[in-house]
Amino acid sequence: MIYSRLLLATSLAAVATLAACNREERELRPSPSASQVVNQAQVSGLNPGANPLPTPPTPSIYEESAYAVSEGKTLFGQYNCSGCHANGGGGIGPPLMDNNWIYGSQPQNIFTTIVEGRPNGMPSFRNRIPEYQVWELVAYVRSLSGLLPKDVAPSRNDQLYVKPPEASMPKQTPTGITGEPSK
Amino acid sequence: MIAASSPMRAAAVLASFFQGEHNSLHPAGPFSSNIEWLYWVIFWIVFVAFVLTILAFARASAKTYSRAEEMLPIMKDEEGDRKAKWAVGTAITVTVLTLFAVLFMSVITGKKVEGMTSSNPVTIQITGHQWWWEVIYPNPQADQTVITANEIHIPVGKPVVILTSSADVIHSFWAPSVHGKRDLIPGYSSAFWIQVDQPGTYPGRCAEFCGLQHAHMGFSIIAEDEATFEAWEQQQLKPAPDPTDAEAQHGREVFLTHTCVMCHTIRGTDAGSRVGPDLTHLASRNMIAAETLPNTTGALAGWIVDPQRIKPGNKMTPNPLAPDDLNALVTYLRTLQ
Repeated sequence: MIYSRLLLATSLAAVATLAACNREERELRPSPSASQVVNQAQVSGLNPGANPLPTPPTPSIYEESAYAVSEGKTLFGQYNCSGCHANGGGGIGPPLMDNNWIYGSQPQNIFTTIVEGRPNGMPSFRNRIPEYQVWELVAYVRSLSGLLPKDVAPSRNDQLYVKPPEASMPKQTPTGITGEPSK
Repeated sequence: MIAASSPMRAAAVLASFFQGEHNSLHPAGPFSSNIEWLYWVIFWIVFVAFVLTILAFARASAKTYSRAEEMLPIMKDEEGDRKAKWAVGTAITVTVLTLFAVLFMSVITGKKVEGMTSSNPVTIQITGHQWWWEVIYPNPQADQTVITANEIHIPVGKPVVILTSSADVIHSFWAPSVHGKRDLIPGYSSAFWIQVDQPGTYPGRCAEFCGLQHAHMGFSIIAEDEATFEAWEQQQLKPAPDPTDAEAQHGREVFLTHTCVMCHTIRGTDAGSRVGPDLTHLASRNMIAAETLPNTTGALAGWIVDPQRIKPGNKMTPNPLAPDDLNALVTYLRTLQ
């Protein structure tokens, strides 16, 4: 009697283990499209192998729209970027009007910086700032050091700033991990 | 705004002068009554002076006209000179004395308006922001402090102390039926008394140009009886209730994970920023956006999606929320009684 119960229990346990055999689907060789790098932002200046790959074209149409850049300027105030970056001059956060880019000067670098945040204080604004507004901010931040054409950068200030408007800022040659693409 | 021709607009302004609620000639309390009394005293003095001046002009012109045909002889008239000296001297004396009398009455009125005391007044801290009013009922106990915006509830017939300050530029607090204008100056706090004897809603405006949306910076003083005021205060002290239905719960999630939470407070949740108005009891207010829009579902949704279209230049950013998220958010905000 005891023997038959033991047999029953053992066979039930054996049946139960069968369910574990097919516990995951393994995609042994992902399709080529899935293995593409989605995020184009390059954060390190080291490139294994040989020379750096050509920088992908800017994904942002906002770099060419004076309206978008002026919107970015307004948003820069509304989201209190000046709280740390002080109208681009720097304070708690690094200055934005000089040529030194710790995490890259490309639009996608700056986008990543705003959305994901950076170590030592830059908060992540993921979900807090709608995506199109981030791109407007990116374009404005680049105009602060003269990286946008003069006809796109804001040519006057809305408030009584001592600082000249962005269109009058001297163009800086970015240094840091990634340079501007050569044109 | 409806475009109106200037005569129509002038007529409308004239009509509002005699009947509108936004009117210092319809005083609602002792301070504005004093100010109204001074207004009428000065009005009648000036009116009498005006009538006398016009009569004198009429008489002089009539006289000159009757003799216009004659050649004016060059002559000495010592009698006339003496009369003229007396007339001019009297006129100057009367003018100076009248101005002194008016000055005296202004000072008396000022003293009457300031000279109010009460051992246990209601104290309200008003802080001007671009472009809304922060209203705080301070209490030594933090959890007994009411914080709201743009709508100032006060008990009828009781003296109220208003403490002023500003967060950015100079604003001016003006509810014409209640008190004269008081500037709110950044970095400088002052105080004044108000009292309202008739229950009702008294509109007010910012009366000092303070930037782009100065014209849309309204508030209202809601005077109600002691019991209603106490009930309102007790309700305002409560934290926001937890939403019960699924949509409002989703709305709270939207509030806490999107742009809103960076500037606004809802007590009882994690949202605690003091940049924008406190929204803990948003649904209890009649108007939103500093008396710009009625507090309805549609107006609230429109304001959230694009506040820059309604009040261009204000400090709130556009929020392109997905329709489901927006509906849920508004549903949640409407539960904040």
